[in-house]
This record gives sequence, structure tokens and C-alpha cells, in this order.
Amino acid sequence: MSRLNKIFSQISKQEKRIALYCAIAFAIIATLPLFDQGFYLSISVNIVMYIVLCTAWSLFSGPTHYISLATAAFYGIGTYVVAIGIKDIPYPVLLVMAAIVSGGIAGIVGLATLRLSGVYFVVFTLGLSELIRQIVTWVQTNFSGSSGLYVFTDIREMHVFWQLLGLAVIVYIVGWLINRSRLGFAMQIIGNDETVAKHLGINTAISKILLFMISGAIIGVVGAIMAPRFSYVTPPSAFNPIISFQVVIMALLGGTKRLWGPLLGVIPFTILFDQVGVYFPDQTSIVIGVAFMAIVYLLPNGVLGLIETIKQKFTSSTKKEDPT
Amino acid sequence: MTQPILSVNKLTKNFGGLIAVNDISFQVKKGELMGLIGPNGSGKTTMLNLISGAFKPSTGQINLESTDITNQAAHMIARHGVARTFQLVRILPSLTALQNVIAGCVYGHVKLWGEDAQQKAEALLHRVGLAEHINTPTDSLTYIDQKRLELARALAANPRLLLLDEWLAGLNPSELNIGIQLISDLRDEGTSIIMVEHVMDAIRQLCDHCVVMSSGIKIADGSVDDVLSDPEVIRAYLGDEHA
Amino acid sequence: MSFIINGLLLGGTYALIAVGLTLQYGVARIMNLANGENLVFACFMAFWLYTAFAINPILGIVIIAPMAFVINWLIYSYAMRPLVNRSKTSGQLEVNSILATFGLLFILKGLMKFSFGGGYFTYNYLAEGISIFGHNYGLNRVVAFIAAAVIAGTLYLFLNYTRYGTAIRAVAVNPTSASLVAINVPRASAFAFALGGALTAASGALLSSFYTFHADMGMDFTMKALVIVIMAGVGDVRGAVLAALMLGLTETAIATFVDPGLTAAGTYGLFILVLLFRPQGIFGRSNS
Ligand SMILES: Nc1ncnc2c1ncn2[C@@H]1O[C@H](COP(=O)(O)OP(=O)(O)O)[C@@H](O)[C@H]1O
Ligand SMILES: [Mg+2]
Repeated sequence: MSRLNKIFSQISKQEKRIALYCAIAFAIIATLPLFDQGFYLSISVNIVMYIVLCTAWSLFSGPTHYISLATAAFYGIGTYVVAIGIKDIPYPVLLVMAAIVSGGIAGIVGLATLRLSGVYFVVFTLGLSELIRQIVTWVQTNFSGSSGLYVFTDIREMHVFWQLLGLAVIVYIVGWLINRSRLGFAMQIIGNDETVAKHLGINTAISKILLFMISGAIIGVVGAIMAPRFSYVTPPSAFNPIISFQVVIMALLGGTKRLWGPLLGVIPFTILFDQVGVYFPDQTSIVIGVAFMAIVYLLPNGVLGLIETIKQKFTSSTKKEDPT
Repeated sequence: MTQPILSVNKLTKNFGGLIAVNDISFQVKKGELMGLIGPNGSGKTTMLNLISGAFKPSTGQINLESTDITNQAAHMIARHGVARTFQLVRILPSLTALQNVIAGCVYGHVKLWGEDAQQKAEALLHRVGLAEHINTPTDSLTYIDQKRLELARALAANPRLLLLDEWLAGLNPSELNIGIQLISDLRDEGTSIIMVEHVMDAIRQLCDHCVVMSSGIKIADGSVDDVLSDPEVIRAYLGDEHA
Repeated sequence: MSFIINGLLLGGTYALIAVGLTLQYGVARIMNLANGENLVFACFMAFWLYTAFAINPILGIVIIAPMAFVINWLIYSYAMRPLVNRSKTSGQLEVNSILATFGLLFILKGLMKFSFGGGYFTYNYLAEGISIFGHNYGLNRVVAFIAAAVIAGTLYLFLNYTRYGTAIRAVAVNPTSASLVAINVPRASAFAFALGGALTAASGALLSSFYTFHADMGMDFTMKALVIVIMAGVGDVRGAVLAALMLGLTETAIATFVDPGLTAAGTYGLFILVLLFRPQGIFGRSNS
């Protein structure tokens, strides 16, 4: 329990140790392309991609309980920034531009919608992705006379993998910094009671918008990194609404109360969705549906919540046995 | 004396057809403890909500010393130094007691972080008598302890004006004495306070002056003795036949 | 000017699904994001009844709507009510019902894709033209519009002139007070949820007679219904009918004068504008 109170303690020895282990783990994972360039690399790209997406999603949606379906919009914007600019602008600059454009749009959306509650925010974000997709489709067919854009680069799958892995490291560091910051603490307070938060002097609107922008910018960069993997970018593939739903499922099934919670949902579900896609391609929809049901009826706090309840039961039962 | 810490001028709030606060004016001097009393539903909580910025007034003006806070957002008013408790306790259940209090001194009138915030919060928990509960999950605290916690959170902001909404309600007699003592100490330190209260003992012991509301209207304003013997106040509280 | 009549004809069908959604959200307090699946289900049923048994879609409603009623009653009783009972705050109920009805949406969509495949369906019922003010319109569209008007009218009379209808409106306004005057709120909620599903199904049966449908289109229609409901103000049946006609007109106008490829964008655009500027609805009473 005392750990809970150390929101601004110095970096502890334990944290340093965890950081070291994580660094070693990342280094080992990064060698994967040396051993396999086929199936395992490809599914690992998906896993790392969803880890970044879900962790970024949870940064905002975890504490606020706003369910955002704008993931496809930000992701698609990132992809299109690269697809449009790749011939003329250096790739690293495009990554930064993707972050700026998605983050900026997130800011506008946030400004406009965060005073709306629950269900309206959900459908707004879903509608936004659809609206952008329709407009991009229309512009392409009417003004460029094609249905998509070619993305020719030297970037191979392993480069995509390394970039995503790097972004994952960044996301975890950003998330960790936010959790230790005034902003992260403010989000915790807002998640508990928004009225109290306001009366404590927190500008709740700005806090939420900031976090939504950070989350949106990261998702945009994921889309940008993935663009070369598409090679031919079309609106239905870049703005695929299923991504939005899968991110919600994986993040909530993992658990959003801790930074690493979504990880617990991403790994099994990326593999599951992949296998279903290969062997039962027509049943994807049912799997998604069942997963939503599982979140609501079986695991309301995700696998993370389950682990913590078990841990609590375990510690309280050992305490009973030991009367000291 | 100098400028009052708070002046409320012809303040009105209507909810649809209902006028919850009707053309009310009063002032609170610096270091004064003002009692705001009246029967249930007379608009006291609404008045506090208007001052703290939870609601926007329909008409009228509120000044905190020389600052016009009439249409400011709640978080801005908090930053000017108005802190409050709520009639129905609102603690932050997923945070520890210490974090609850720290929350009071990070974003508002006082902006501390790190060791400073932690020390201040610990000191306040001692002060309200929650020293041994620093790490207790807040949802397992008793009702009075939750009320103490909420007070500590409000005090963490070093408020220029403290709003207490029936903070003493629901306490048993011994807890009540502790509570009254606590508020009395705050007043002696020079904190300006508006206290909405039904507990007559506390009002008599603590208040420098009282405003009485009934059905949204101010029916009396003056020293505690004068106000409590005012026939109109007695009528408002007890009904016509007692006047 | 023919786009006006076309728009109104389309809007008639939209009105039923929107009224269905507004009953579910306004009375049962469940934002049913799977409501569009009722419509798709009804399209397939109507198709099947017509092609296999030569039962026309208007008559088919007599079979399809009661089926949808029962299915939705069961969904409410076994899936939604536990959420209502479990959620401590309205915010929790909102998040839970969003997630659960998303689950329902994907499961139902998956089942329909599994049963009927992912193709596009259409059948010929009253496909001849009828002349109104010198322009030609599909007879099936006109008949569907008339049927929708009759159903909406019956519902209006039921809600306003029967005891049970009044009880349902009372629950919509305030469940707590309604239970004080001995209205069985859980039952009224289940009834409203089921009735909402049945109306949506009726609209699907009518739509199928003139519209090419497929298993994936449920969400699009839920979104249309949502736009209408939000424009009208939640729970406002008359407003929903008006807003539905407006949406029908808007879509037809965009298709006629701008580009048919932008009609869906038009819906979402309208939706976003309404949310931004009139979240309480165009006809919605303001709350303060
Ligand atoms: N948010 C609100 N909306 C509508 N009416 C309200 C609201 N808040 C308070 N009221 C009404 O204003 C009146 C005064 O309430 P309140 O200020 O809580 O009284 P008190 O605190 O003196 O008991 C009551 O009739 C109450 O119903
Ligand atoms: Mg009160």
C-alpha cells in the first residue's frame, strides 16, 4: 500500500531494476528479425503495433472512461501523411508530421467533444473515422482518378518492427512520465470525480484534451510507420474501423489501470485474431462480438483486474494463517 | 476594516421556473466566520455552488476581494483561493488518504509538488486527526473520517475563503466537540469561513455573524443572537403558529 | 423537385428505425448500438418470406415484427437488465451498455454473414413505376412510405391515448416518479426495448422492398438513426419523425446535386454538426 503514496519519490532501486530488465528484454526481442523473417516476424509486428496502439489508447481512455473509436482515424491520417509525402519529403520528417497532424486533429476533436458525455463521444469518434474515410475516397476517385497511393520505399518488415519497438519504448517512457506528473495525477482525480477535480483547481477540459492529443499523436505515428508495409494505401485499409474496435477490446481485456495492463490483452488477442483470420476468416465478427461480451460480463477490469483480485485473496488468506 | 474578503451583490439563480437564490447580497469580512442558515431547500447549497463556480449565477455579482469571480469557471475560482467541502462527502475513492489531501495543494491556490506537497499533506492529516490513516484505502474510512479527510483536502489549498456545507452534520456528540474545536482553531488562525450549518450549538459558539435564507430569500443578516431571536427567522424554521 | 418526394419517401422508412432507437434509449435507457442489426435481420427475413413463400414484405411485417419483439425482449431481460442492476452510476451503465451492444452488434452481424453470406441482396416487389406530379417513382417506395406512416401513426395513438402508452411515456420522463405511481418500470423498460426492436424490424422489412441490402450495413443504419434521434432530442417521437424526413431529404439532395458517393459523408457531417452545435437536439427542449 505504501507504494501507492510514492507518486513523486525519487526513482527507486526497484524501478531501476525493472528498467534494466525491460531494456534487456527489448534488446533480446529486437534480435528477432535475425532468426525469422517470415511468420514470426510478421505476427510480432502486429503484436508490437497493437501494444503501442492499446497503450496509447489507454493513456486517455483508461482514466477518463471515454471510449474512443477514433483510432482508425488517427492511424489512417498517419498512413496517408506518409503515402502522400513519401516521394518528396524525407521519411523521418513524415513521422513527425504524422504526429503533428493526428495530434492536431485530436486537439480539435477534443475541444469540440469532450463536453459531450459517454455515448455521444463514442459515436462521434466512430463517425469521424467514417467521415474522413468517405472524404478521402471521394477526393481520390474524383481528383486523382485512382483508388489508392503507392508507397515505394526501402523499408522492409524488420525495419518496421524496429521502429515500432522503438516507439513502444517511447510510449512506455511517456506513460511512466505522465503517471508521475501533475497531468497524470490530475487525470486520476478526474477519473474519480470530475466535479471535485474542478474545485481543486484542475482545468479538466485542457487536461483531457492534452492527453487525447498525446494519445492521438502516437497512434498517428503508428499509422505512418505501417504505411510502407501496405505498399498500396487505400482508404478502406488505412481507415479500417475494425482497428478501432480491436484496440478497445485488447486494451480493456488486458486492463487499463496500469501502464502494462493492455499488454495482457494484446498478446493473446493478436494471435487469436490472426489465427481466426487464417482459418475462419468469416467468423472474425463473431469473435469480436464475443470478446466484447467477455469484457462486460466476465472480466470488467480485464486480466489485470483478475490478477490483482487473486493476489489480494492470496495475501489476505496468508495473513489469516499468520496471526503476527 | 478593509475590503471584505467576499461580497455578494444581488445574486439570483433560477432553475427553470424555480428561483433557488433570489436577489441576495451580503459580505464576509476578512477573518470572519459567517454562518449561512435556513430550512432545508432554502438555497444554501446553491449559494455555495454559485460562490465556488459550480453553477453560473443568473444575475448579480460576486467579488473575492477586488476580483470579480462572477462568471469564472470553478477551477479558476479555486485558484483564486476558494476551497470547499460538499454536503454529501466527495472523497476520491481510488486514492489513498494522503493522495486525497495532496490533490488539494497541487493545482489550486497553492501549487506544491514532490516532498513539499507530501509534507504539507501529512501535517494536515495529523491536524484533522487522521495521522494513523495515511495509507488506508479511503473507501474503508468511517463517515467522520471521510469528512475530516475532505476538510484536510480543502485546507491544503491555504484557502482565502473556506466554504463548509453542513460539515458537522451526522457527527455524534463527542465527534461534534472535536469538530467544533477544529473549526474554532481555523477561525482563530484568521481563515475566512462561510459555514452552512443546522447544528445550533455550533452556530452559537462559532459564528461572528449569520445570514438566514428561506425559500431563496435573505430574511435576516446580523449577529447570531439578533438573528436567532428575529421573529421572521423563528417563523421560517418552526412555522407560523410559533411566531 | 422530384428529389423532395424521393427524400420524403426514404425518410419515412428512416423514421421507423429512429423511433425504435429513441424508444430503446429514451425509455429503457439503453443506447442499443446493435439496433441496426434488427433492420438487417428483417431485410433477410422479408427476402426469404418473399422468395420462398411469396409472402409480400408488407404482410411479412406481421410475422417479422413479433419475432423481433420477442428476441429483443429476451435480449433486454437476459443481457441488459443485469447491467442495469449492476451499474452503480448512469456513467457505468452507459459504458457497459455501449460495450455489450457492440458485442451484440458483431455477433449478430457475424451470424447473418454466416447464414446469408456477404453478398448484396435485392428482390422485385412492386417494382413498377407510379406517376406523382408528372414524375415517376417506384411503387414499392410509395407503398413502403404509406405502411411506415400507418405504423408510426398507430404508435403515436398508442403512446398518447392508451394507459400503457402513458405509462411508458412516464418512465421516459422519470423512472423514479413512475415507480411511485405503481408503474412496473422494469417491465415497461423491457416492453419499450422490445417495441423499439420490432419497429426497427418493420422498417427493415419495408426497406428491403426497394433497397439493395447486405449483412454489413447494420451500423450505417444505427448511425442514421442516431443522427435522427440526436437531432430530434432523445425520447421525442414526433421530433424523430420530422428529423427522419429531414435526413432523407438531405441524403437525396446530396446524391442529386453533389455526388452519390458523398451521401454517407453527408450523414456523418450532419451528425457531427448537430453534436457540436445542438447536442440537446434541434427540437429538443433546453434543460435550464
Ligand atoms: N441542479 C439543480 N437543478 C434544479 N434545481 C435545483 C438544483 N440544485 C438545487 N435545486 C433546487 O434549489 C432549491 C434549493 O436547494 P439547496 O440549495 O440544495 O437547498 P439547501 O442547501 O438550503 O437545503 C431546492 O428546491 C432544490 O430542489
Ligand atoms: Mg444543502
